[in-house]
Amino acid sequence: MSVFPDLGDHAGFIWMAYGVSALVLAGLIGWIRIDARRQMTLLDDLEARGIRRRSSRAKSKGASKAR
Amino acid sequence: MKAFTSLVARDLRLAWREGGAISTALGFYLVVVAILPLGLGPDLNLLARIAPGILWVALLLAALLSVDRIFHNDHEDGTLEIIALGPLPLELVAAAKATAHWISIGIPLTLAAPILALLLNLPANAFWVLVLTMATGTPAISFLGALGAALTLGLGRGGLLLALLILPLYAPVLIFGVAAMNAVITGPSPFLSSYLILCAITLATIVLAPIASAAALRLNLN
Amino acid sequence: MTQAEGTFNRLANPTRFMGLASTILPWLTCLTALLLLTGLYLAFFVAPEDYQQGHTVKIMFIHVPFAWLAMMGYSVITIASIGSLIWRHPMADVAAKTAAPIGACFTLLALVTGSLWGKPMWGTYWVWDARLTSVLLLFFLYLGLMALWQAIEEPSRAGRAAAILAIVGSVNIPIIKFSVDWWNTLHQPASVAKLDGPSIHSSILTPLLIMAAAFTCLFFVMHLMAMRTEVLRRRVQALQLTHVDAAGVTQGARA
Repeated sequence: MSVFPDLGDHAGFIWMAYGVSALVLAGLIGWIRIDARRQMTLLDDLEARGIRRRSSRAKSKGASKAR
Repeated sequence: MKAFTSLVARDLRLAWREGGAISTALGFYLVVVAILPLGLGPDLNLLARIAPGILWVALLLAALLSVDRIFHNDHEDGTLEIIALGPLPLELVAAAKATAHWISIGIPLTLAAPILALLLNLPANAFWVLVLTMATGTPAISFLGALGAALTLGLGRGGLLLALLILPLYAPVLIFGVAAMNAVITGPSPFLSSYLILCAITLATIVLAPIASAAALRLNLN
Repeated sequence: MTQAEGTFNRLANPTRFMGLASTILPWLTCLTALLLLTGLYLAFFVAPEDYQQGHTVKIMFIHVPFAWLAMMGYSVITIASIGSLIWRHPMADVAAKTAAPIGACFTLLALVTGSLWGKPMWGTYWVWDARLTSVLLLFFLYLGLMALWQAIEEPSRAGRAAAILAIVGSVNIPIIKFSVDWWNTLHQPASVAKLDGPSIHSSILTPLLIMAAAFTCLFFVMHLMAMRTEVLRRRVQALQLTHVDAAGVTQGARA
């Protein structure tokens, strides 16, 4: 037998600890993913307007030098 | 060495002529120490017990107020770049300016502390420790503050950012300053061990902080 | 020409990094999920309750890894900062910048789970225990770093300023830890219940280690993802700048 009462009494604290952790980590991952998506769309947008990086432009011209 | 002392003397002269920084810091120190009993209640026993902590925390805040001006004016009018071109290495420039700040702000605050301690009913045998620990700790406050000022140089809301960057680094100074005073007031821990660690922290800060400050200044000058 | 080669070199390393990250990330993500599921299963269904702390020992399976990652995150930042100051490596800047919010999150979680553990164990959510206090100060150091990154607009300057601050902070961490320990023994001679019992039984140690491995992998998954985004962000910014420059030049030519 344990000195302290079992899960029944402290279940709330345990679930809260796991819940808050899951929430914060999910939020962090979500934020990272949204940020990644946003930068991707910005980059695609720029490329669609014909603005691209020197290396990718060289590649499209067929020059293998850029790699 | 001559360049170093002349830079310190110049900064002191400027601080003396402007005058505002010293009186603002002193006034702030007085107001903070005077307003805390209004929140804590007038119980003199309680105040006497927590007086070392109040005096030290208020000192940190008062010093922080003035610390962001260390490089600010010289940066604004371009003097800093001229000084950087001069014979003195940037590390010593940072050290000189921090020293000037200590003399112009740190020492007046230290000397004001015993007067404010009367308001808080600090035990009589603790007054000499108060002055001694503060005289020992304030150089570390000025040198770390100069580092923060160098890092936030030229940023709009530098003052608030500076507090966020530097206050956690002040924790050891605060802890050992208060610990040395409590050792004399209440015991039982020996005064000398806390005080010597405070000395070690201050000495290490005086040596190391100017190196980091100079690195941060180079960023802003290029 | 040399300048063009210089810019190419600066882009080349991030490009290689992007490729590497894309290869590693799926594997690392799978590994993280696997470890996390195993760890959770062991923690909830296999590990016995502690004779002293009952079921609240389950909080330890996440609290201890978080506290460990809080410190590891700062170590990553310190190492990256040294790299960025000495070799001026752009990827080191990116690594240091993106590790800060992740490390700060783990530090925050260590504090939150710690206080949720403290309530049933000590009777209060917060005690000014030496460990809690130094982790709190570590959290402030993270906040300072993130604030400095935010305050300086030019990324290379922000990177070097933050690197200086990070190194100063890492020199200070042992001193802060030492002084907080000192302060704590002065103020609390009757110390709060020690959490490290006689010796940890393997039925508790195994899930703990697996959870620690899982969260370490999770840290690196998030770090790699964030670094990839940061590289993209800098590309976007560079392209926008050159675009503005080019537009300015053509307009100037027309005038």
